[in-house]
Amino acid sequence: MSAVAPAAAPTAGGHVGSRDLSVYIHVPFCAVRCGYCDFNTYTATELGGGGSQREYPANAMREMDLTVADDAAHGVTYDRVSTVFFGGGTPTLLPADDLVAMLGHLRSLVPFAEDVEVTTEANPDSVTPESLRTLVDGGVTRVSFGMQSAVRSVLATLDRTHDPERVPQAVAWAREAGLSVSLDLIYGTPGETLEDVETSVRSALACGVDHLSTYSLIIEGNTAMARRLRHGEIAAPDPDDMADKYEMIDDLAVADGLGWYEVSNFARTPEQRCRHNLAYWRGADWWGIGPGAHRHRRGMRAWNVKHPSRYAGLLARDELPVQESEQLSEHDRLLERIMLELRIVDGLAVAEIPEQTRGMLAVHRDRGHLDATALADGRAVLTREGRLLADAVIRDLVP
Amino acid sequence: MPVTPRITAEEARDIQPASTPSQCIRNFCIIAHIDHGKSTLADRMLQLTGVVEERAMRAQYLDRMDIERERGITVKSQAVRMPWQVDGENFALNMIDTPGHVDFTYEVSRSLAACEGAILLVDAAQGIEAQTLANLYLAMENDLTIIPVLNKIDLPGAEPEKYAAEIGQLVGVEPDEVLRVSGKTGMGVPELLDHVVRTLPAPTGDADGPCRAMIFDSVYDTYRGVVTYVRVFDGELSARERIEMLSTGAEHDLLELGVISPEPIPTKGLGPGEVGYLITGVKDVRQSKVGDTVTSSRRGADEPLPGYDEPKPMVYSGLFPIDGSDYPVLRDALDKLKLNDAALNYEPETSTALGFGFRVGFLGLLHLEIIRERLEREFDLDLIATAPSVIYKLTMEDGTEVDVLNPSDFPEGKVREIREPITRATLLAPSEFIGAIMDLCQSKRGNLQGMDYLSEDRVELRYTLPLAEIVFDFFDQLKSRTKGYASLDYDVEGEQAADLVKVDMLLQGEPVDAFSAVVHRDQAYHYGVQMAGKLKNLIPRQQFEVPIQAAIGSRIIARENIRAIRKDVLSKCYGGDISRKRKLLEKQKEGKKRMKNIGSVEVPQEAFIAALSSDGGGDSGDKGKDSKKK
Repeated sequence: MSAVAPAAAPTAGGHVGSRDLSVYIHVPFCAVRCGYCDFNTYTATELGGGGSQREYPANAMREMDLTVADDAAHGVTYDRVSTVFFGGGTPTLLPADDLVAMLGHLRSLVPFAEDVEVTTEANPDSVTPESLRTLVDGGVTRVSFGMQSAVRSVLATLDRTHDPERVPQAVAWAREAGLSVSLDLIYGTPGETLEDVETSVRSALACGVDHLSTYSLIIEGNTAMARRLRHGEIAAPDPDDMADKYEMIDDLAVADGLGWYEVSNFARTPEQRCRHNLAYWRGADWWGIGPGAHRHRRGMRAWNVKHPSRYAGLLARDELPVQESEQLSEHDRLLERIMLELRIVDGLAVAEIPEQTRGMLAVHRDRGHLDATALADGRAVLTREGRLLADAVIRDLVP
Repeated sequence: MPVTPRITAEEARDIQPASTPSQCIRNFCIIAHIDHGKSTLADRMLQLTGVVEERAMRAQYLDRMDIERERGITVKSQAVRMPWQVDGENFALNMIDTPGHVDFTYEVSRSLAACEGAILLVDAAQGIEAQTLANLYLAMENDLTIIPVLNKIDLPGAEPEKYAAEIGQLVGVEPDEVLRVSGKTGMGVPELLDHVVRTLPAPTGDADGPCRAMIFDSVYDTYRGVVTYVRVFDGELSARERIEMLSTGAEHDLLELGVISPEPIPTKGLGPGEVGYLITGVKDVRQSKVGDTVTSSRRGADEPLPGYDEPKPMVYSGLFPIDGSDYPVLRDALDKLKLNDAALNYEPETSTALGFGFRVGFLGLLHLEIIRERLEREFDLDLIATAPSVIYKLTMEDGTEVDVLNPSDFPEGKVREIREPITRATLLAPSEFIGAIMDLCQSKRGNLQGMDYLSEDRVELRYTLPLAEIVFDFFDQLKSRTKGYASLDYDVEGEQAADLVKVDMLLQGEPVDAFSAVVHRDQAYHYGVQMAGKLKNLIPRQQFEVPIQAAIGSRIIARENIRAIRKDVLSKCYGGDISRKRKLLEKQKEGKKRMKNIGSVEVPQEAFIAALSSDGGGDSGDKGKDSKKK
């Protein structure tokens, strides 16, 4: 098991000392595993070796302690935490007090910024007005509900347990508690029609959300859904159908006053964009707390062991639960910058794109993938057509 | 299987190659279809005659190349000298193992010419096949004594009565005169060898005249140079003399003379009627040509033995390395294979679609397939082969003559006449498939020349068919329409004028030379539509619409469209996805490098391979090529 790789020399990044930190906390527990999900999550409430849900907050807090020490050992300290994100899994499967306790511990290690953004993912049926109030009191500012669809047959195909009627209710409670609200939708589920997508988007927008994330369903190889696909029980997603659905989502979101700021994300105002995710895409430093979580520190990426029991076991020996790490080369970082920033509404400065591929910018402008006005102003920004072909454009732009 | 030799080493000693009287020599070959058990029968003979010891025995002992063993085909001839005793008298049996395939008919004919007799070996569960029949006729034309034998009589599916009647009728003997053996168990093999001694004529020739020996094969060996297999007809060859090749007048010193038994054994000489090998130190089989006559430099013969011919390639294909930087490897590999293959010829070819490669001439489809497989296997090359084509002879309006070996060189307009090679084809099949075969041959511009029943339910059909149709997808079609029961043999015989046109395939208006084909005018539209449809399915959607067109000159005859791709993006890319996605991106970037660019269209190598092979006839040279068992 490799320990964390040596950090880049403290002078390399030129930002040593005073910087913002984002923190991702992975809560690897779900009530039910969905057929399409390949995330690192577990449904058993009692995992052995100190890996159970009950012991999870203590383990996470222990990992935070070790991470601060590891950063310091590599000459890195942070001024403030600018964003926190509880993801999963289903973070709200833990008692709200546990989430609050973890936040409190983090705050004691690195001070929170004045305008800190603290998001938690939640299932519409795993929150109550009380639990939401507890979260707000503990510092949570934003909630992202896994709505996925408003159509029962689609939810059933996805193995989602919640009642679609619960969504507007949960959103209303969250808004009452003072939270900024985002909804997640999945489109392209086998059997889903264009009308189903329209129903889902309209019903999400009708809740008055500030933010919408829409993911086209990807059937990952090791999921129950992939097995059903292999057995011919469901049809493979059709890319043209996906494109139609994406365009419909974009039309509806724009008509409702939202705008895209990343290929799969829409926000009502620039302030309501998810700053935590933007931190990923802009190459900021972040911690990844929890089993299987990834972190990034000045060009070093590391990811934790996946199983909660192994995770707990390493922490019990005061070891960082790191599975593996990599040090990004200059070339890797360039690739990532193009790959990630081109997906954002601000795009990428033309000067950032290496000369050897810069000629492709005009080609993609002429094919309608890059915005002509923005390009004239020195930025490569995707058009809607270009967003749907982002990977193709990126392949042409990376050296 | 343990077999006790029936002749001792002691007894074998008085039949030395330099001193065996020709009346004690029997030269024979085995005519058999692929799979009918020739190699296994030969194995039993090697054991029974004691030339291979029990512990050294391995299956298909005589097949040297991996390809031969795996595919059960013999590509090069072999000759083995075996001692045998009948009624207390010792004999030398020379068994010449011939290539069993239509592509190598000339080599087969030379091997047959080296023998006085032939064992016609037929699988007792399958009956005779078209190629075997063709070789049988060839043997009969050479006045060989035929010993009909049914093999595999131990198999549960064997029908010896039925097939004995069939063969008896072909050879002109009573069914009960057809011998029955099992190469697997060895049953009947000693009797067969006795029969060989008793019924085959001994070689005749002018023992005292000037030496004339015919080359029936030559093989390049890394350590020894070219090893030449000869049959002495007149006079004798002695070690360390100087010899002459009559076709070229080239002279060489004999470095070694010997017999194969079954490993090379040097001898002092080869007497009249003997079969053996000679080594002169030449490095290229072209200096030791099959069919040529070897004589002594001093007091040598002036008249060559009859039947010599130069090998002529009939089928051409472009071979291109998938990785362009492998071109020098391909060149060196072809140079090496050429040392051992007088029929192989090639010249550099440049394709806009496939880059640098070679236009290679072959004797036929199997030859093509074998060379390609050897290049890929022995030299670790990944190759794309263009669809096989034939030689077209064109007479231009101004009277000049042009030979076209490559469809993409086919000139536009101003052609007075186009002639193409035609074949005489023989098809054998159960009579229920007559209709299916006639339909197929009709659609391939065939002309029925005749039809005969071999037995109640098996029929022989004779056609003339353009060679171009045979090399296109004839075998695959024949196989599928007759459930594999039909077998085919053909001989190129002359040429005919035909109304042929070149069909070009265009991607976004750019012609793709590798896909050009010469087809009959009536089939041009069908070809164009089929190829366009196939390319549409093989070429991935691009960022823009790609028209695919088939054209004769500037006239578009078929069109398909590859619609532009609309979605190529992974929707999620959060913290944990970044490394994975970057690695995926690098992999895709690597994949892009393996694409061939036709204009701005990226075409994966796999698309070329699939478009060129699936019905291009290139995969039909396997051992099931012209028959499939019941």
